[in-house]
Amino acid sequence: MADDMTQTSVQTVAASAEHIEYVMRLGDNALILGQRLSEWCGHAPVIEEDLALANMALDLVGQARLLLTHAGNLEGKGRDEDQMAFLRVERDYRNVTMMEVPNEDFGRTTVRNFLYSAFQILLWQKLATSSDTELAAIAAKSLKEARYHFNHSAEWVIRLGDGTEVSHAKTQAALDYLWPYTAELFAANPTDEAVSAAGIGPAWGELEAEWEAMVLPVFVQATLVVPARTPFKTFGKFGRHSEHMGHLLAVMQHMQRTYPGAQW
Amino acid sequence: MYTQSLSIPDGDAKGPRKVENPDYLAEFNAKIDAGSFIEPKDWMPEAYRKTLVRQISQHAHSEIVGMLPEGNWITRAPSLKRKAILLAKVQDEGGHGLYLYAAAETLGVSRDELTEALLSGKAKYSSIFNYPTLNWADIGVIGWLVDGAAIMNQIPLCKCSYGPYARAMVRVCKEESFHQRQGYDLLLHMMRGTDEQRAMVQDAVDRWWFPSIMMFGPHDKDSVHTDSARWGIKRISNDDLRQKFVDATVKQAEVLGVGLPDPDLKWNEARGHYDFGVIDWDEFWNVVGGHGQCNVDRLAARNKAWEDGAWVREAAIAHAEKMDKRERQVA
Amino acid sequence: MERKEWPLWEVFIRSRNGLDHKHCGSVHAPDAKMALQMARDVYTRRLEGVSIWVVKASDIVASDPDAKPELFDPAEDKIYRHPTFYQLPDEVNHM
Repeated sequence: MADDMTQTSVQTVAASAEHIEYVMRLGDNALILGQRLSEWCGHAPVIEEDLALANMALDLVGQARLLLTHAGNLEGKGRDEDQMAFLRVERDYRNVTMMEVPNEDFGRTTVRNFLYSAFQILLWQKLATSSDTELAAIAAKSLKEARYHFNHSAEWVIRLGDGTEVSHAKTQAALDYLWPYTAELFAANPTDEAVSAAGIGPAWGELEAEWEAMVLPVFVQATLVVPARTPFKTFGKFGRHSEHMGHLLAVMQHMQRTYPGAQW
Repeated sequence: MYTQSLSIPDGDAKGPRKVENPDYLAEFNAKIDAGSFIEPKDWMPEAYRKTLVRQISQHAHSEIVGMLPEGNWITRAPSLKRKAILLAKVQDEGGHGLYLYAAAETLGVSRDELTEALLSGKAKYSSIFNYPTLNWADIGVIGWLVDGAAIMNQIPLCKCSYGPYARAMVRVCKEESFHQRQGYDLLLHMMRGTDEQRAMVQDAVDRWWFPSIMMFGPHDKDSVHTDSARWGIKRISNDDLRQKFVDATVKQAEVLGVGLPDPDLKWNEARGHYDFGVIDWDEFWNVVGGHGQCNVDRLAARNKAWEDGAWVREAAIAHAEKMDKRERQVA
Repeated sequence: MERKEWPLWEVFIRSRNGLDHKHCGSVHAPDAKMALQMARDVYTRRLEGVSIWVVKASDIVASDPDAKPELFDPAEDKIYRHPTFYQLPDEVNHM
């Protein structure tokens, strides 16, 4: 930990609270979705897909490590990736709610990966030129991973939507369930405004039109119908999560909470 | 080549090979004696083929079922680094299962058939995976002891007489070496930690030691598959491998600072090996026979994954057929 | 619904530019696109490749093992095709 702190002393200007929050949000999205995807390991529909899901989970856990380390450095209180990942209270996690809802089945898992990886591609593209050079480097690496996640999940969305009656119904149900959660991605908020003004990254709302242009054609090809927007709102990125989050954290934090201070 | 469709070009892939022809047999035996490889298209005695299908598929099933006990800890891994390592490792095991199923498929069986045999309880898998993983140190001990024993068993298979199996094992062994090392590294960290952590490691070693040395199978005098040695499928005997494993492990346990739960374990100057206590073969056969703590749960988990995934597999096929049809209509 | 297994695909990987694609194993996949992705996920987890080919296993035409003598034995006595057949003076033997 001491080493990490010396390294970060190059960050001369203290980071703003919004900047830290923004990076933490990205880190938590990766962390929580990675946690959900890792639940699949050993339980996928075919071995080939078991390996694919594990690859995606590994990419996300890797992103989470970089981003949470960076957030900890920006914060300057000496918190490392594990203290960030395992030792916060639920209120302090900043992932969007869609990341934490249960996997349910391969349909929902796939549609979520698809919706989120499309968003990630746009976000990482923009962040590759961030004034935060560390974040820009993470973005460049993560962009490649997101592109693969998008391609793979898009292929699956098409096959599941256009496959059998059963698969169509299940995948439509997944889309109906998840679509309302996507509104949270784009909701305007002061953090985004401050970060955007500082040239650190885009306000997520700016990405909505492009994001729709990426996902809608795939749903058409998959013969799936995108539901109309409703007043449904979620607030995970502000720390107000769903009922699912506490259970996810109970499992994920188990070891760190049971054996405080132990090294692994 | 990993495909049964290459077997014989005359349509009936399985037919001709079953003919027990003395000329073919002589040629086959000559190849075995010369230590050269048998390839999928080559003639082979039916008993050889059956033995291979049984052994390779059991091996594949073991890799797939083996994902479960360790998978049990992925979501609870105590650090992000350990989570990534464990995830990568369990994923590798899925890959190993896949390579091995593919090797078995060159012998004229389908992966689905083999899977059915596993799910119905007809096929066996390594009984080690019917033990529960109860604390985080189990993950380290599985890497160190269980994978260590597996590697000891598997290295000779890289030179086994059946080409596709040998090639699959080369790939498996290459990947497997990281598994044992990460396990030992995990335990080293825990042993340097708190009393509670050291107690977890000792508890895990106490539970896994004897099951690990049982992994080499019954004593040679009680072993049945003698043809395997003649055919170059099994090159070193159970007891020799077990001894090699015990000899290698004692030192590793010392470095780790952990005790092995066997009062009879001691160096025998005359033999140049470690002696060890009597193995409880009743327990071994009980677990093999389906009465281990986790047999039922493991099979239930595999069945659930397979059944839950059926609609996904069917959807992909249905879509592929639709695409073919659309293409034909355009053409 | 009738149960069908995904077809088998043979996977060939070019480990780096300048080398041939080499057979490395197989995957089951419902179609070619998926086969490529699955080959990527299964066989390139450790930087093993820069290019992948997949071929449906049933599309591969193989030589008949029983025809081995007439296919391959005739090459046996053409030892003059190998450079080592020719003994040259030491001064020029690097040729």
